Amino acid sequence: MHREHLGWRTGRAIVLTLFLAFAIFPLYWIIITSLKGQKEIFSLPIQYWPQQVTLNNYLEIFQISHFQVYIWNSFLVSLVASAMVVFIAMLGGYVLARFSFKGKRQVMFGFLVTQMIPMFIGMAPLYVMMSKMHILNSLFSLMLIYTVMLIPFCTIIMSGFFQRIPNALEEAAMMDGCSRLSALFRVIVPIMLPGIAATFIFAFVQCWNELIMAVLFIDEESVKTIPVAMNAFIKKYDIEWGAMSAATVLSVIPTMLLFAFCQKYLVEGLTQGAVKG
Amino acid sequence: MDTQKPIVMMTKQVVPEGKKSFRISKEGRFIFLCLLPAILFVSVFTYYPLVRGIIMSFQNYTLFDLMNIQFIGLDNFVNVLTSPDFPRVAMNSFYWVFFSLVFQLLFGFMLALMMQKKFRGRGIYQAFLFFPWAMSGFLIGLIWRWMFNAQFGVINDLLLKTGLIDAPISFLADGTWAMAAVIIANIWYGVAFFAIMILAALQSIPEELYEAAAMDGAGRIQQFWRVTLPYIMPTILVTILLRVIWILNFPDIIYAMTNGAPAGSTHIFATYMIDKVIFGQDYGQASAVGVIIVVILMLFTIFYVKATKVEKGGDF
Repeated sequence: MHREHLGWRTGRAIVLTLFLAFAIFPLYWIIITSLKGQKEIFSLPIQYWPQQVTLNNYLEIFQISHFQVYIWNSFLVSLVASAMVVFIAMLGGYVLARFSFKGKRQVMFGFLVTQMIPMFIGMAPLYVMMSKMHILNSLFSLMLIYTVMLIPFCTIIMSGFFQRIPNALEEAAMMDGCSRLSALFRVIVPIMLPGIAATFIFAFVQCWNELIMAVLFIDEESVKTIPVAMNAFIKKYDIEWGAMSAATVLSVIPTMLLFAFCQKYLVEGLTQGAVKG
Repeated sequence: MDTQKPIVMMTKQVVPEGKKSFRISKEGRFIFLCLLPAILFVSVFTYYPLVRGIIMSFQNYTLFDLMNIQFIGLDNFVNVLTSPDFPRVAMNSFYWVFFSLVFQLLFGFMLALMMQKKFRGRGIYQAFLFFPWAMSGFLIGLIWRWMFNAQFGVINDLLLKTGLIDAPISFLADGTWAMAAVIIANIWYGVAFFAIMILAALQSIPEELYEAAAMDGAGRIQQFWRVTLPYIMPTILVTILLRVIWILNFPDIIYAMTNGAPAGSTHIFATYMIDKVIFGQDYGQASAVGVIIVVILMLFTIFYVKATKVEKGGDF
């Protein structure tokens, strides 16, 4: 009995370790590549640890490709879009969680359907719309479209969070003379902060990572986001793997930090909503 | 979703008949105003383009000739379906979804089972395991593209060192290998999602069920088949459905890794469609591809829901 138990534990430890290696090796490899000099990257045999650690790749992407501009653009777009999403989804989620009304099922269904239909089918019409609105090649077009893309999912997640908070709280506040809206913002929102933060971070990461719409809408150097810049990088030259690795590492750090910071809430929220945006 | 007792229902009894209409209109206005931004945005920027896209699929909408847009019936569909690329794109899409899904589910399930019981450092382990999920498909594609590099790629080096191959393989230059490579990258990315979902389901199983099963003399393996599996089945079925939809609509990894190369042998519907928009500038045909994706997904969903009775499984 005892032996079997030990065998199970050892086996589990081995499998879990193997998986961990599989999960983190690509990240390790891209970091190592980013720290190698040009010569070492393209030399055989392959080095699993750089002979000479160098930060040249990092310096290069800031000096030659203005990476700081792309970081700032990505940051701005993600921040504004996530803030708008959270605000809109909070109002919608609250109403969906607290009231029953005619057409509620249809609204929910309408949101859910957007998760199933590929955004691509509207890709060409969106491009035409953006061009008619004269907002192509602007960060605004991305803020707008990311907000829209994330609203349905985040609204559903938010309504899940609201459902876990008892009605009695805002009823008491309303009894004391608060309007429903001020009860919402003064009483419920503070309690919900972890959930709101999780939704915000989820939205932020999604915006930060989005590629296809950005590539479609953005073409001008000064408003490129990180994925667009890296995409251009690929197309123009044969990929410079050193610089590319450095850019990858830099653009992964923010989301990674956010993710590590709020992983628990995020997982909770996502398993509740049971949908991927 | 709708488990909370709605306030409207609860307050109904205390409101006198005469005031009822006033209350509802006030509350109705609040509901309307709160939902308005969400509905407005989604209608204008999701549903309208969707409908326009469907219409476009019946038009000769190309950027080369915007002056002469007309309805051309099913021509776009005929062109797409009879194009020599189509069979390959369809098969690739199937492989992409099928193999990604099977291995993500298998590995995710295994991991979730092994992480069910607490062990030291589980929190940190979980964080490391789940981090690919915080990355963009595009970056994942780039990283794996570098690792699969024929000459300087680490994967060839590892395979050579362990003696599994004698000569380096040009993974991304050979159609079959390239397809396998993009799928491996996608498996790497998606295992975490299944692991999260299944782990959450596992942890929601009441301990009493196991105790009862143990009392009835069920061993560990029997407990798995009689308690664990039936309990988490709904979650697994719903997750599979969502993932099929989502994997089929996920072009980022392929876009970054091969962008359909070599010679279109790694195109799936989604990347094929992007190709038609960005390079072909043929919006009519691109939209036709989009409509084909939606039809496939709808047929699959109907069939899947009927076959698995998944609608009982959850309120997703």
